[in-house]
Amino acid sequence: MAGNEQPIAVALDNASVAFRVAGDRVYTAVEQASLSVADGEFVAIVGPTGCGKSTLLNVAAGLLKPAAGSVKIFGQPLTGLNRDAGYLFQADALFPWKTAIDNVAIGLDIKGAPREQALQRAQGWVTSVGLGAFANRYPHMLSGGQRKRVGLAQVLIRDPKILLMDEPFGPLDAQTRQIMGNLLLQLWNADRKAVLFVTHDLEEAIALADRVVIMSAGPSARIIGDWRVKLPRPRDISEIRMEKDFHELHREIWSVLKDEVMKGYVQSSQAAEAV
Amino acid sequence: MSRLTLLSLQLLVAIVALALWQFLTTVPVFGRILLPPFFFSNPVDVGSQIFKWFSSGVIWKHLIITLWESILAFVIGSIGGVLVGFWFARQPRVAAVFDPYVKMINALPRVVLAPIFALWLGLGIWSKVALGVTLVFFIVFFNVYQGVKEVSNTVLDNGRMLGMNERQLMRHVYWPSALSWMFSSLHTSVGFAVVGAVVGEYLGSAAGLGYLIQQAEGVFDVAGVFAGMFVLSAFVILIDMGVTVVEKRLLVWRPVAVEGRG
Repeated sequence: MAGNEQPIAVALDNASVAFRVAGDRVYTAVEQASLSVADGEFVAIVGPTGCGKSTLLNVAAGLLKPAAGSVKIFGQPLTGLNRDAGYLFQADALFPWKTAIDNVAIGLDIKGAPREQALQRAQGWVTSVGLGAFANRYPHMLSGGQRKRVGLAQVLIRDPKILLMDEPFGPLDAQTRQIMGNLLLQLWNADRKAVLFVTHDLEEAIALADRVVIMSAGPSARIIGDWRVKLPRPRDISEIRMEKDFHELHREIWSVLKDEVMKGYVQSSQAAEAV
Repeated sequence: MSRLTLLSLQLLVAIVALALWQFLTTVPVFGRILLPPFFFSNPVDVGSQIFKWFSSGVIWKHLIITLWESILAFVIGSIGGVLVGFWFARQPRVAAVFDPYVKMINALPRVVLAPIFALWLGLGIWSKVALGVTLVFFIVFFNVYQGVKEVSNTVLDNGRMLGMNERQLMRHVYWPSALSWMFSSLHTSVGFAVVGAVVGEYLGSAAGLGYLIQQAEGVFDVAGVFAGMFVLSAFVILIDMGVTVVEKRLLVWRPVAVEGRG
């Protein structure tokens, strides 16, 4: 990847995020994080649970304002919500009162697109995520994996320049995750958007991304490592895990990540005792 | 249990109860009648009273009046509840200021308001509508308030990230959520609309089912009281069936309680 020639889609510069908890105490979730995602680049953020990965993503989305530091989207300082970004949430975020196809079409509806055209394009997207036959089902009639597919179509139909994903496949079982990963790569390959993908699963991160960024355990989490994944594309997620390069990279990153995971584990169990 | 067995068992309960009632009010047991007909009437008299009402057509006027009062109470109470519920949920300060008064009025047994409404609005339908409104309003209000408050933050964030402005959030997120809560209490609020109408009629009116029952009671016509009660029950069951049909149509997107969400 010729990262330097591409414009920078997301640039966090020394961004810190703090929350006020219980009166005067301030909890610093993320401290001085600097991260850039080039246009067309797939970056995965990996870190122990509770390290503020999602917080960083919310900053890039404009849902959270950093206490210090700056956020630039395609060179412009971010004010308010990031209008260039599509966000795939970890929790269920579909509108339960809309059918799958209406959930997908909503992004066009609110822009004032003619209803017929919106539905037609939504049908196209529902089909390309493999749910053509389920267009008229309500979210509660779909499985967890199918709901994620609808969510993906809902985000992609707006053709955002940046894709933010917060452990989108976290709640799914292992097989479904692999299928969803391959689907994501296949859709991403068509027009290579900038992707910021948060996960706690290192294998998933390496299999999907061009770059893997490691965060330390919270509070005051920092970015402590940045690896380039030089595995060839197009990839098949289940096969790439067998390759030698994959294993070497995994071992290298895991040696750093392991300590942080242990720290995170100790801290969260101490916090539980304190309570 | 198959539908047929269930239905026949349900019918059996009615038949046994009616037979027992008829028996105890007409046939002497050990030389005396256990249920004096003056106080308990009997199913045959009650049935013929109902038949007389329908065959002469007197009953329709009263049924239509009660129906109208219920519908007006439901519509006005619902509109008020939706508006105020939305307003309070979106303006927490307003809600906080009015909170003790809302609780106070809601705790008040609404029957005591009937004389006031009769004084203010007269003995026509509007005093009954007002009584029904005070009942329906609070149910709808609390549900809409809850529905707007309980919108999932993730769904809201998703709406915002998809590009919705405040008005579109209102239309696509808050409104459907509030309506779903309101519809889930539809049986209760429609039931209370009828209660308001009938109680209002009973306490002072010139027409309606409550008036029929009150008139019969006034002349110790126990058969008339029972007949009024049976017509009222049938009336409520019919309305409830209508509500079920409406509810099924409006809440298709809701998971059935038995199914898991997994």
